Amino acid sequence: MTSPSSGEVIAKPAPSGIGRILDHRVLLSIVVLALLPWLLPSKALAVNVLIYGVVVMGYNLLFGYTGLLSFGQAAFFGAGAYFTGIAIGRYGVPWFAAVPIAVSLSTCLAAAIGIVSTRTRGIYFSMVTLALAQLVYYVALQAASFTGGENGLRGFTVDRISLFGLQVNFLDPVNKYYVLMALAALAMWFQSRILNSPFGAVIEAIRENEQRARACGYDVERSKLVVFMLSGAISSLGGCMLALHLSIVPLDILHYQTSGMIVMMVLLGGARSFFGPFVGAASFLILEDVISLWTPHWQIVVGAIFVLFVLFLPKGIWGTLMDVIGVGKARP
Amino acid sequence: MDLSLIIMQLLSGIALGAVLVITGLGLTIVFGMLGVVNFAHGALFMIGAYAGLYLASLTGSFWWGLLLAPVLIGAFGMLIEFVLIRRLYGRSIDDPLLLTFGLSYILVEGVRIVFGSDGIPFPTPPQLIGVLDLGIGFFPRYRLFVIALVAVVLLVLWLTLEKTRIGLIVRAGARDPTIMQVLGVDIGRVWLAIFGLGVGLAALGGVLAGPMRSVNPEMGSLVLAEAFVVTVIGGLGSIVGAVVAGLMVGISISMVALFAPEMATIVMFALMAVVLLIRPQGLFGVRGRTA
Repeated sequence: MTSPSSGEVIAKPAPSGIGRILDHRVLLSIVVLALLPWLLPSKALAVNVLIYGVVVMGYNLLFGYTGLLSFGQAAFFGAGAYFTGIAIGRYGVPWFAAVPIAVSLSTCLAAAIGIVSTRTRGIYFSMVTLALAQLVYYVALQAASFTGGENGLRGFTVDRISLFGLQVNFLDPVNKYYVLMALAALAMWFQSRILNSPFGAVIEAIRENEQRARACGYDVERSKLVVFMLSGAISSLGGCMLALHLSIVPLDILHYQTSGMIVMMVLLGGARSFFGPFVGAASFLILEDVISLWTPHWQIVVGAIFVLFVLFLPKGIWGTLMDVIGVGKARP
Repeated sequence: MDLSLIIMQLLSGIALGAVLVITGLGLTIVFGMLGVVNFAHGALFMIGAYAGLYLASLTGSFWWGLLLAPVLIGAFGMLIEFVLIRRLYGRSIDDPLLLTFGLSYILVEGVRIVFGSDGIPFPTPPQLIGVLDLGIGFFPRYRLFVIALVAVVLLVLWLTLEKTRIGLIVRAGARDPTIMQVLGVDIGRVWLAIFGLGVGLAALGGVLAGPMRSVNPEMGSLVLAEAFVVTVIGGLGSIVGAVVAGLMVGISISMVALFAPEMATIVMFALMAVVLLIRPQGLFGVRGRTA
């Protein structure tokens, strides 16, 4: 991994007011997420915000912070879900072991896709990640004996889990939410740690000016590969959470429409910010929920809103809000 | 396995590849000129197939559908460029890509509203039903027609680009749009026309593929991935690359289907990965722009 020589300090302007509160971003997110089941109309919606929030947060590392527009994040989201389900259902692995196994295997998949795709730049990168993720989709479709093919993966249900000798009924939506929230909190701490590290500064340098980052002596290709793997790892944890939540894995999770949905969420919320992905996931899912009450064709409305965001609000809801109250500029 | 079977399968591959060439070409021409990758290309292919089907049933003839659908959808493409894409020139290269992705959502859902979510059969034109005896085996007439038509379209495109004044402006505009403006060419109009041409080619691919595939609102998603594979292998922006890669992918799919049908869709992605590892810019791509 490329990192600046030890002892180097990254200067940050001293935040004030709202900025000071936003500095404790992990803690703040946990507080908001802990209240979420009571703020949203249904517990199911809150769980989805949690899951997609983690997936999109992982993706934001790649798109928002490194500036790599991947259209293949569904591969890692799906891989996390499938590996968790296969480990529990087929091999009888307990859930707390299945999750790290699934994340590790998904990270290996991210390494394989990353090696091929990070050799390309710009629009090529988007096209290649989409194509390679579709390859994963078709492999899952064909390997039906492992994945259940078109019907999705079934036959694994986590109904109760033991936490330090304490038996928790996992079928209860509130219990489920807080167990999954613990996983999300872990992911948020990890992401915040990456962003505050010298490596976090390197990936932003690559986004701002790849040539200059290279001239400064950073190994751009290697950093891109590492960030691709980290991003895949975090998104795959979201997949693990989905598998534990649904007890089935639908094949559609691997389709590029899912990748596209992740891209839409990050843009709606605002890329390049820590809270943007959660805001984006929440607004997308609430929008879907509300519009499907009116019409089954909610995609046409979501598509139109997304087009308007690209044209007029490219910084998304959170990014624009931060600009308006004037704390957006100094935030990493 | 005898030789004639392999030759027949090769011909099938060329017919399949011919549609890929047309679709990939639309994508690559637009990128070469405008630097925009159209993520709605697959959706427009699908709309082309529906438009062809609708116009054919309206006029009672497949040929009117084949002729009018690309023209109408091409004009619709120009409208998209004029109303939406044009606003994004000068912004991040990711923006047109994101916008067209959102657009594909609208188009696919729009077709679902108008024509329903189920697939519709696309009848083969009566003149082209049946098979032709080639001496070594029987081959569907329609597929031979597709190969011939694509060959003609390619020839016309090539002659226009290489031998006419319009082609000269297009080629020069791809190399340096600023100089063209200085020389008094309205580059905005060239871009509008090229985007329309790219979308028209996608629609033509859709109409041609109609009788060979099933027509449904989701058919564009595989087509988009296929078109990406073709342009990535051939080199984005390269017309020769799209032709060579399209045929290569079509023949590979067809040949693999003969030996291992379940690997047929997977093989094109594997082919792309191999090409990327050896030549990241694609077979005919120019280094620096994309890799």
